[in-house]
Amino acid sequence: MTSYLPPAQRIWWKVPVGRQEIVWIAIALVWCLIMFFMMPYWHVYGKQNLSTEAYKTTPAQFGPKVQAMIDQYTVRHETEQQIPVVAPPAGSDIYMLGRLWQWWPILELEKGKTYRLHLSSMDWQHGFSLQPVNINMQVVPGYEMVLNITPDVAGEYGVVCNEYCGIGHHTMLGRIYVKE
Amino acid sequence: MGNFRLCPDSGLFFDKNAESLMKVNAVAAAVSLLVAGLLALGVALTRWPAVHLLPADQFYMYLTAHGVDALLFWIIFFEIAVLYFASSTLLRCRLAAPRWAWLGFALMVIGAITTNVAIFQGNSSVMMTSYVPMQAAPSFYLGLILFAVGALIGCFVFFGTLVIAKNENTYEGSIPLVTFGAMTAAIIAVFTIASGAIILVPTYLWSIGYIAHIDPSMYRIIWWAMGHSSQQINVVAHVSIWYLVGGLLLGARPMSEKVSRFAFLLYILFLQLASAHHILVDPGISAEWKIFNTSYAMYLAVLASLIHGLTVPGSMEVAQREKGYNRGMFEWLRKAPWGNPTFSSVAISIVIFGFIGGITGVVMGTEQINLIIHNTIYVPAHFHATVAVGTTLTFMGLTYLLIPVLFRRQMILPTLAKWQPYLFGAGMTILILFMMGAGTLGVSRRHWDMDFTGAALSFEYSGMAYTMMGIAGIGAVLAVIAGGAFLLITVGSLLVGKKLDASAGLLQSFGVPLAPEAYNAEPEILPMAAAVEEHGSAGFEAPGTFILAMLLLVSFVVYYFINWKYLSSVWPLS
Repeated sequence: MTSYLPPAQRIWWKVPVGRQEIVWIAIALVWCLIMFFMMPYWHVYGKQNLSTEAYKTTPAQFGPKVQAMIDQYTVRHETEQQIPVVAPPAGSDIYMLGRLWQWWPILELEKGKTYRLHLSSMDWQHGFSLQPVNINMQVVPGYEMVLNITPDVAGEYGVVCNEYCGIGHHTMLGRIYVKE
Repeated sequence: MGNFRLCPDSGLFFDKNAESLMKVNAVAAAVSLLVAGLLALGVALTRWPAVHLLPADQFYMYLTAHGVDALLFWIIFFEIAVLYFASSTLLRCRLAAPRWAWLGFALMVIGAITTNVAIFQGNSSVMMTSYVPMQAAPSFYLGLILFAVGALIGCFVFFGTLVIAKNENTYEGSIPLVTFGAMTAAIIAVFTIASGAIILVPTYLWSIGYIAHIDPSMYRIIWWAMGHSSQQINVVAHVSIWYLVGGLLLGARPMSEKVSRFAFLLYILFLQLASAHHILVDPGISAEWKIFNTSYAMYLAVLASLIHGLTVPGSMEVAQREKGYNRGMFEWLRKAPWGNPTFSSVAISIVIFGFIGGITGVVMGTEQINLIIHNTIYVPAHFHATVAVGTTLTFMGLTYLLIPVLFRRQMILPTLAKWQPYLFGAGMTILILFMMGAGTLGVSRRHWDMDFTGAALSFEYSGMAYTMMGIAGIGAVLAVIAGGAFLLITVGSLLVGKKLDASAGLLQSFGVPLAPEAYNAEPEILPMAAAVEEHGSAGFEAPGTFILAMLLLVSFVVYYFINWKYLSSVWPLS
């Protein structure tokens, strides 16, 4: 009786299963159910859940919203490219757009305050990878994702693009400041 | 008849058409693996920060081709050979529609070449996933479509052979477990290829300007119904081969036909939901959809893998104990044929697939935990554990077995072959563990330069991340060397290995049948396995395996909750 011959019993589905398999299947099933219910549990009791709020958008709709925030709340410019550093009020809607090959603009947030972060791409797909916290999100053109973020540690954070977006992908780097 | 050859060493009957097709598919697989391995070296030596070998454009081109050649062409060519083996050879049945099978093979070869040419022309460095709206040359998509159509024909030749075997009564009772597993793989393959057609055909039409727009979010969901499901074909194929090798080398029989087949059935029902694993941090997907799909309903496909995790080594333990290796918990394991490269390949594959590939896959496929892992280099770490060790090493082990049996050549360099699986397993394990570490520290996948040279702003990864990427590079080089050793042994054996059949010449290594007089066998009906007295079924037949399985479960539980703990430390999000 081997694995590459027809089963020894014609009616193999009526052969009783050994105790060892039954015990293992029971243990494994319990573990599978625990893992399954951990996800809804975390939606209720955990603090890190991805929002499902999202809107269809276009670069022509999203771009002006980002620009309006920049016009209103820019506090200074950084680097030779004069990238605006924007410090919107706590609790407000804040925007970051991905495009070849930039995260735009730089945001300056207050520690412990919650913001509604809007993300979208102006061209190809990008990956919003906040480092070194290591929060990663897919940024898809045509979709505006809105999430509530609460930076809880002050510091300077990098926004790496971690979805391949062409030859300049490795230069696509943004920044978020979190002030005390 | 005059169409069958009896292999005197293994007792297997080979249909003339099936034999040639298995050979050409295996050779095409080996060529794909060679290309994939060379490209892997370029990729690994670029991601090793201290070496940083290739310029960016070549890096992305190599990485695209490495993904396509390793994940699609090497594995699927080999799987078609496995399907023909599991149907025609195991069931002692003539292959259905051999002309169609050759057409399928031709389409696969043309498709593989077309896509590779498109990539190396330089305008299709879009990664294997080719996420729209980034666009490749039309021939990139066309090649993939042709390849998929060819593979689909192969699946239907397999189904046709099962029907012929049933109608012509070539076997008693039900099909063997290994064939049942292969059938599971073929069913999942049909779903996979259908999903691929649904997304790649419109994408091809878009690339030639016939369709104006492909929604990128829809593309991701449907593309991954192909992309992830194709990896599930691999899981099912290599689990089937684990059962086959247990049976061939150790005389192992399934602990329970019912349990093992039920586990395969769970794969058919639930594995395809895994497209969701790639969509967990995408915009606008509901939490309910993610939870249901990412968990394969309620982890029912994971349950299937956990079942095989017990029953595959368990059946080996039972067989070894029957041979008298009965002392203590693990004598059966110590006395296993560790010097046989087929066995050691499978054993390493089981351990790494289960302990690393399986556990990391479930952890990063958890809805919320994916936030701290998505698109980091932890992701390729996971799928190198599943595909490069789980599937590829298993296929390598089976190839060692097939050289004398199918190709009728004696294997050259047996000592090197004895060490090859260990070297490959060790190199890959180093690569995997350190990519996991670097991914946890945030290092991105598919990224040419972790120094961000030329960026307007700056960000520095920790020194530890650099160290880990360097050690991962060393592991990758070891694995490529071991892959080279595998190809040296196998291709060398086909070219210069001692002939086990006088007519097994050079052409015969590449698909031409042996001399006509070799096909003189008329197989008798494949008998049912001999019934053996059930013993110890009231107790635990395979206690050693049960301990190992519990060890797997404990590692799983600990690692799972460590990741929740890590998730709880990042910025609150809602």
